[in-house]
Amino acid sequence: MYKIISADFIAPNVKSFIIEAPLIAKKRKAGQFIILRVHDKGERIPITIADSSAEEGWINIIVQGLGKTSAHLNTLEAGEHLQDLVGPLGLPTHIENWGTLVCISGGVGTAEALPIAAAGKAAGNRVISIIGARNQDLIIAESQMAEVVDEVRISTDDGSAGRKGLVTDVLQDLINEGLKPDMIVAIGPLPMMAAVSNQTRDMEIPTMVSLNAIMVDGTGMCGACRATVGGKTVFVCVEGPEFDGHLVDFKELGMRQKMYKKQEEESHKCFLEKQMKKIKAEAMLEEV
Amino acid sequence: MIREKPQSFNTVALKERLTIPRQSMPEQDPFIRSTNFFEVNLGLTPEQAVIEAQRCIECKKPTCMDGCPVNIKIPDFIQLICKKDFLGAAEKIMEDNSLPAVCGRVCPQETQCEEVCLVGKRFEPVAIGRLERFVADYAMENGNGSVKETQIPQPSGQKVAIVGSGPAGLAVASDLIKEGHEVTVFEALHEFGGVLVYGIPEFRLPKTILRQEVANLEAKGVKFIKNFIVGRTMTIQELMEEEGYDSVFLGLGAGLPRFMNIPGENLNGVYSANEFLTRSNLMRGYEFPEWDTPLYRAKHAIIVGGGNTAMDAVRTAKRLGAEKASIVYRRSEEEMPARNEEIHHAKEEGVEFLNLVNPIEFIGDDQGNVVAAKCLRMELGEPDDSGRRRPIPMEGSEFIMVVDMVVIAVGNGSNPLISQTNPEIETNKWGNIVADADGRTSMDAVFAGGDIVSGGATVILAMGAGRKSAAAINEYLKSKVGSSA
Ligand SMILES: Cc1cc2nc3c(=O)[nH]c(=O)nc-3n(C[C@H](O)[C@H](O)[C@H](O)COP(=O)(O)OP(=O)(O)OC[C@H]3O[C@@H](n4cnc5c(N)ncnc54)[C@H](O)[C@@H]3O)c2cc1C
Ligand code: FES
Repeated sequence: MYKIISADFIAPNVKSFIIEAPLIAKKRKAGQFIILRVHDKGERIPITIADSSAEEGWINIIVQGLGKTSAHLNTLEAGEHLQDLVGPLGLPTHIENWGTLVCISGGVGTAEALPIAAAGKAAGNRVISIIGARNQDLIIAESQMAEVVDEVRISTDDGSAGRKGLVTDVLQDLINEGLKPDMIVAIGPLPMMAAVSNQTRDMEIPTMVSLNAIMVDGTGMCGACRATVGGKTVFVCVEGPEFDGHLVDFKELGMRQKMYKKQEEESHKCFLEKQMKKIKAEAMLEEV
Repeated sequence: MIREKPQSFNTVALKERLTIPRQSMPEQDPFIRSTNFFEVNLGLTPEQAVIEAQRCIECKKPTCMDGCPVNIKIPDFIQLICKKDFLGAAEKIMEDNSLPAVCGRVCPQETQCEEVCLVGKRFEPVAIGRLERFVADYAMENGNGSVKETQIPQPSGQKVAIVGSGPAGLAVASDLIKEGHEVTVFEALHEFGGVLVYGIPEFRLPKTILRQEVANLEAKGVKFIKNFIVGRTMTIQELMEEEGYDSVFLGLGAGLPRFMNIPGENLNGVYSANEFLTRSNLMRGYEFPEWDTPLYRAKHAIIVGGGNTAMDAVRTAKRLGAEKASIVYRRSEEEMPARNEEIHHAKEEGVEFLNLVNPIEFIGDDQGNVVAAKCLRMELGEPDDSGRRRPIPMEGSEFIMVVDMVVIAVGNGSNPLISQTNPEIETNKWGNIVADADGRTSMDAVFAGGDIVSGGATVILAMGAGRKSAAAINEYLKSKVGSSA
């Protein structure tokens, strides 16, 4: 069992966990992920490691409560335990001094982009971060990002923070202003990564994306995580998670991510019903 | 080697033995079992076991033993069954086989011990596998598996790391703990047993058997660590240099699913057998939503392949409620590598066999779900390298089948994780680790065995390889003490 040291909401429905995992913390590099199970009948889900401390023996993950498992995970508090935790998985991000690096992130992707931005900076790059969100409340890790990069730009769908529009609009603004990115890293929802890759393909700016495929084992044994990159099938868990965005078949991956949509809804509903019952029972006990 | 014949306890006259019919094993009714995941075979009764054992004609040269990859003393244990000393019989088997309850269930006996049984030349062979299973189960129920109270060995002060908890790794653990070494098994997944827990379904090999085997080893002092990937969580070097392991055994299994490289293979609803079976067995997808892992429940599932894996997958699809579950195999039934019993059981359960058929494309709808398979009919030509007749497509035979799930069960390559992180461990062109007959690899103090060396094979061969490596590791550790003293 793996102890949760702390668990705090950092945005609506987004929770940051510090988990005791000394071996993983010691090995982990930017871009790698873990697979966890919340309870003994749970599914295995991959989550990127946002931060870690080898000295103190912990890793940090940021979880958005979307489906059954992540929603359940987000009910856990400090002092509770995870059933299973394995890692670090995947290949570390390839970092070098490209010159100017633009890190584009959306949603919880910002937490995942943070270590890459920091490593990019440490390698000598000028680093610009573009953070996108639906609205101001959903922006996470902005201040941490500001600490490690040269400049942070924000876009929101509703204009409640930064520029009204999409991350691609901000990138276009920067380029119009004369910026010449040498490398782009895009991490976040699939449509965002697809849009960025489309935009940079014509501009011939190398673009790396981090693919969030459905996984089971995470060791290359099952092929659940396969995606098409450059016309070839890859296993994201062992060959990735990062790939050349210009070569990724985003349409296929998008459809694969929805493979269990129906079942996930069913499972989530079951979970919510159970939670409701629990809350009602607790309320009743309080009344008594 | 001259073998002493075991003392006979068979009370039936020799001539009469041949008139005893082979005892059939009680099993769940095919119609009922095709809707549940409980074990199909129910095991012989003690009375049946004794009668079956009495069919043995006690050959001077027991060919059955040569047919067994680990040379279990079959004549000896059969006589002990005649004597009704079932625990003694189990003990006899365990001298050579550390997982008899498993092997009694999944070994391809018809191509091993039973194929060469002399009784089988004229009649049906002695049901050696069923007898093995019977005594192993009897011992588990009546002697807590660890039949004889083994003496606690003198600690050697040496440490061995075993990577992978499949039959190869478990066999090494079982042998080395007896020698007083400190033994730790590292497993990537959250359960122990390798293919035996993630691949082979509950209806063929109940998980409780593996848990019992692991618990027995734990009781003897073997340490089991799950969720630990050697090569990622820690490297082989770190295990040896920082954690003080004197030797490492790699029992990594095959574990890299092969696909066919045809269009449409990444459509939703197209699985590798490993994924489909892992979701069902390890993750208990068949109990969704009680268990969280989702799994397709198809109307018409096709499973491409003809091995045990294909049979397991097709029978699982059937149990998940498929109206039609079909095997699509490019050769004929004669060439099928699956155990006879699995083919027979699959047929009884209503599985359709489309032999001499090969898919060339999977077709999807606009949501990316597989809806059809385009196939060709095949005919058999000249024998190929494997000695089996080569399937050749028949011209103009293309046809389309409506399907909503496809499982690709055309074999496994070897997992590249360790060789990626340890290029000094020599591999061959298929990615298998190169090891000598005793499991020595090109890296000092590192041994390997099972599917990672042989390519996808069988439980008994993996176990046998593990036992040979265990002996070699033991020698190596002794010589290490000798040379440093
Ligand atoms: C569906 C199916 C049905 C089968 N049916 C039969 C049958 O009926 N009869 C028969 O004899 N054989 C059968 N086989 C074949 C048989 O199961 C294998 O030959 C046998 O299990 C191989 O044993 P192994 O110990 O070499 O590896 P495995 O059983 O594959 O075990 C390897 C283990 O190592 C772990 N591992 C891998 N890499 C690492 C790492 N880096 N760090 C930590 N752990 C790691 C894996 O997670 C796995 O648990 C079947 C195979 C399959 C897939
Ligand atoms: S998750 Fe199973 S191979 Fe990648």
